[in-house]
Amino acid sequence: MARTLLAIYPHSARRYDEMLTADGAVRPHWRQFFIHLDSIAPEEMHRRLDFVDRRIQENGVTYNVYADPSGSDRPWALDPLPLIIPPEEWAEVSAAVAQRATLLNAILADLYGEQTLLAEGLLPPALVFGQHGYLWPCHGIKPAGGTWLHQYAVDLARSPDGRWWVIADRTQAPSGAGYALENRLIVSRVFPEMFRDLHVQHLADFFRDQQDGLNALAPVDGDEQPHIVLLTPGPYNETYFEHAYLARYLGFPLVEGQDLTVRGDTLFLKTLRGLKRVHVVLRRQDDGYCDPLELRGESALGIPGLLNVARAGRVVIANALGSGLLASGALMGFLPAICRKLLGEELAMPSVGTWWCGEKPALEYVRENFDDLVIKPAYPTQRMDPVFGYELKGEARAEMLHRIEARPHAYVAQEMVNLSQGPTWSRSHERRLLARPVGLRAYAVASPDGYSVMPGGLARVATGANARIISMQRGGASKDAWVLTDGPVSEFTMLKPSVGVRDLVRAGANLTSRVVENLFWLGRYSERFDDSARMLRVALSRVVEASGGKTPAVASAMEMATILGILPTPEEDNEVKEGSEHVLLEAIYDPNQPGSLAGNIRNLMWSATHVRERLSLDHWHSLNRLQREQQAALKIHPTLTEAIAFLDRVLGVSSSLTGFAMDNMTRDDGWRFLIIGRRLERLSFLANTIANFLKMPSTRGPGSLEWLLELTDSIITYRSRYSRLPELLPVLDLLVFDDSNPHGLIFQASVLARYLDRMARELDEHSASNLPEVLHRLQGFDLERFEQTQFSPERNCPVCDDLAALLRELDSAAVQLSDWLGMRYFTHVGDVSRQTMAL
Amino acid sequence: MEKTPVRYHVLHETTYDYGSPVSLSQQQLHLSPRILAWQQIEEQHIAVTPSPTWRRDGQDAFGNPVTWIAFHAPHDSLRISSAMRVAVTPHLPENLESSLPWEKVRDRLAYDASDPRPADLDATRFLFESAHVRIKHELADYAADCFPPGRPVLLGAEALMAKIFKEFKFDPEATTVSTPVMEVLEKKRGVCQDFAHLMIACLRALGLSARYVSGYLLTRPPPGKPRLIGADASHAWVSVYAPDFDNDWVDFDPTNNLLPDTEHITVAFGRDFGDISPLRGIILGGGGAEPEVAVTVTPLDEEELLPALSGAIAAAERPER
Repeated sequence: MARTLLAIYPHSARRYDEMLTADGAVRPHWRQFFIHLDSIAPEEMHRRLDFVDRRIQENGVTYNVYADPSGSDRPWALDPLPLIIPPEEWAEVSAAVAQRATLLNAILADLYGEQTLLAEGLLPPALVFGQHGYLWPCHGIKPAGGTWLHQYAVDLARSPDGRWWVIADRTQAPSGAGYALENRLIVSRVFPEMFRDLHVQHLADFFRDQQDGLNALAPVDGDEQPHIVLLTPGPYNETYFEHAYLARYLGFPLVEGQDLTVRGDTLFLKTLRGLKRVHVVLRRQDDGYCDPLELRGESALGIPGLLNVARAGRVVIANALGSGLLASGALMGFLPAICRKLLGEELAMPSVGTWWCGEKPALEYVRENFDDLVIKPAYPTQRMDPVFGYELKGEARAEMLHRIEARPHAYVAQEMVNLSQGPTWSRSHERRLLARPVGLRAYAVASPDGYSVMPGGLARVATGANARIISMQRGGASKDAWVLTDGPVSEFTMLKPSVGVRDLVRAGANLTSRVVENLFWLGRYSERFDDSARMLRVALSRVVEASGGKTPAVASAMEMATILGILPTPEEDNEVKEGSEHVLLEAIYDPNQPGSLAGNIRNLMWSATHVRERLSLDHWHSLNRLQREQQAALKIHPTLTEAIAFLDRVLGVSSSLTGFAMDNMTRDDGWRFLIIGRRLERLSFLANTIANFLKMPSTRGPGSLEWLLELTDSIITYRSRYSRLPELLPVLDLLVFDDSNPHGLIFQASVLARYLDRMARELDEHSASNLPEVLHRLQGFDLERFEQTQFSPERNCPVCDDLAALLRELDSAAVQLSDWLGMRYFTHVGDVSRQTMAL
Repeated sequence: MEKTPVRYHVLHETTYDYGSPVSLSQQQLHLSPRILAWQQIEEQHIAVTPSPTWRRDGQDAFGNPVTWIAFHAPHDSLRISSAMRVAVTPHLPENLESSLPWEKVRDRLAYDASDPRPADLDATRFLFESAHVRIKHELADYAADCFPPGRPVLLGAEALMAKIFKEFKFDPEATTVSTPVMEVLEKKRGVCQDFAHLMIACLRALGLSARYVSGYLLTRPPPGKPRLIGADASHAWVSVYAPDFDNDWVDFDPTNNLLPDTEHITVAFGRDFGDISPLRGIILGGGGAEPEVAVTVTPLDEEELLPALSGAIAAAERPER
């Protein structure tokens, strides 16, 4: 046998080995795979590992470890070797998992109904009424089909004698099934021959069962089609990737709480084209946050009134609200008796030894056997890492015991499990297997024919050889789990082998209002970020050119930046004491200064985060780099030259974002709102800037018209048309009236008016905007009046005042338009619902 | 001898004048009084302006009447008037010393794997931590001297009530609805909600069941002065589990250091304020508006109803269109 693969693979007497027998032979169900592995040449294996990494990169499979918008997503860690499970063994595991799901569902039905388990003493009230996870407002709600638990996951581990045990139940909104699916799609392509020859059971049937289960329960009226949505807490959640991935795979829209609204006793999705009824919510959001009217009131994530829809039986929530309390480890010791009572049978798979300290004899036992136990919180809502008894000595131990004795019902003790070990592929050696502790998370879903168990699951691997805890948060890795079958392999697949004409997907018509609003703001922020960078570059380069002196151009540029809110208003008698340079650098780098470029970068990142799936990885990275650079600069005091170079890079990123929007995004409603956002912002900026320019005395000195052209990115056009120093009339013509200049006002306003017109026609609705009317008046403005005008500090300029007034009207039309769009189409993401309370 | 009930009219009015229009609003109302062994509801009505788009009446998990309303059209103000006629029979408990020793009550409430008595099981709903009643050992320490070994549970509760009354100052400025019990204990100040939560937390820390009661209290106008409309406020007190005693539960009012009788009108009870807050809502828009609340409790045997009050009552009882 190939000894090189096993050269550093330890034999363990303390652990069960998934691949080797006690005397070191490869187990029969691993033999074929092992031989195959041994036959793969090192270069070939490198290629396959690269494939794994690339797929994870390309598919954007991540696991957010820290909820940080600055992008600390960690790529998903996947070991290419599957965990192989033989058919007869799986038959037992699978039956046990289905039985446990049935049992837990029956317990939920009892606890939210009759409560006979409490009346008969089979469960202590402390584990029900004492849990924040027991949601009193849900008592008495009877869900469709008597199904509380639609999706269930259970963490399994194997003891040294080879038996499987339950370590933990996941009944809230279990995660990982989507990662298991992604693992399967990758690993089955790493070992395609083995996947075929070993008769590995496919996963698609499981997901179809889930769809069928939800469809069957959907409370439709008449001939309505069931409308199922997947509810996510949003992009900051650690498993957001999975939510988006599963939503796509199952064909359910991915929504956040703000996408949904309750009207009467019906739940609706807010789309650009109106409200659309929702029948089923597959939730990945914890239940306590789902309805601020009756549950946690401070949460903005929820859907006010959802509970009343559930009470009326007009929506299926999967899992039912209130299901989370069964994840308490303290329940495990009570399950055997409850199983006999509720199901009339023995519990098929034992739970790991668990003592709930709320019982006196159990507390005694924990005190006496502290070294052999792990202490965990009794309630899933408690935040506490497991504590290993043998690690606590002296004072620390006394303190822990004291804490337990003060609130015994809040703690459980579990026996320590020596997890089994399995092979992983070493990335640091050539052709070597490592032995790592493994566990398996198995999944069950409620289907019309009872619970259906995923043949396989998410196998999890600890990082160290002796680890006692496997946690993706602590840097563990995952594996595909291959369940073999003696029978035929189901060929059903939800992924079409090739796309037919009927499957063609065109631009989404059912965009949610929230996505559209976020795109609108992405458009506005990206333009605002561009404008402020340009204004700061104008001011900064004037300061550099003047080398510390105060030329008229410096004065007017600084004044304009202040009026536009990019620079702070100087306090009286304290006029630029620290010097223009300092003020400018702060306006570039300090995110806490209102209107600063850094603040705009932050806003831009924020809105980009919320529409991330629509941005390319390249753009995401360049935005991230900018933010990192700006954050780094806060510490090192950059010079003016460095600052100008930074602004150049900012404008580079900005123009590539613009190019991306113009060239790479599909022309759906979402795109249109993004562009409307940009146009509106630029229109407002130009109108405001030029109006101020015309009114400010300081701009009438030399040099100001030059920077105005630079600010509006029109200097090249101007030079190519007039080979002379800038004068007011030609400058205004180019910046305001020339309808071919994309940096000109009339150009912006006309394009905007066209979009609005088209939208109004499509949505059959009139916009209440006076923009077209103001635009019309602007187009009729008599330019000849400027010929008799001298633009100098000494003279009044009535025609300047008239044009400025008209531009101000245009600006306020733009502001009104933005408000109207918000009222009509958006969900008011910025204007979050809030709680009120009266005594 | 048959005890004669005391009859009241209660008017509880809440008004929101929003700074900016509210486009969507949903409200949960715990404003209808529940029926008790000593309390009959003769008439009761809730009027809402503007008319809600949707309304449902029901019962919450603790058996209290509850009403949900929703508004789907923009509105600038919200006015909710709850009017009721209630009869309260005297029920002042006697012989508190005949209640069980407190340790015995505690032990009956503790789990021992046998079938619990139904009343005990029912009481365990009010035995544990809840959102507004966090349990810390400092609370058990604070109550310890009121509960020496063997003392009947209701005498212990009475002593605790007196201790809180003596050591705490009534101060509406000191706390808000979200002030934690531990902060109240430290500041020694608060209002009726705070004292009720504190007393409940102490009792639960000792392993006893206690529930939060919301309602109204008859206040007496100064001699020779007429009753003022809206001078009263909603009130809160505590109910303590004393198995095998009268109705199993006995009320204590730590804000006034007395045992409620015919001058307390019960609306609802729950684990704490959060379960039964009179008016809890979620609004979109609205600016920063604080509600105005006015409560008027009038004994029906008073010579004549004030004209102004009868007007307000008539308005409140006018059927919705």
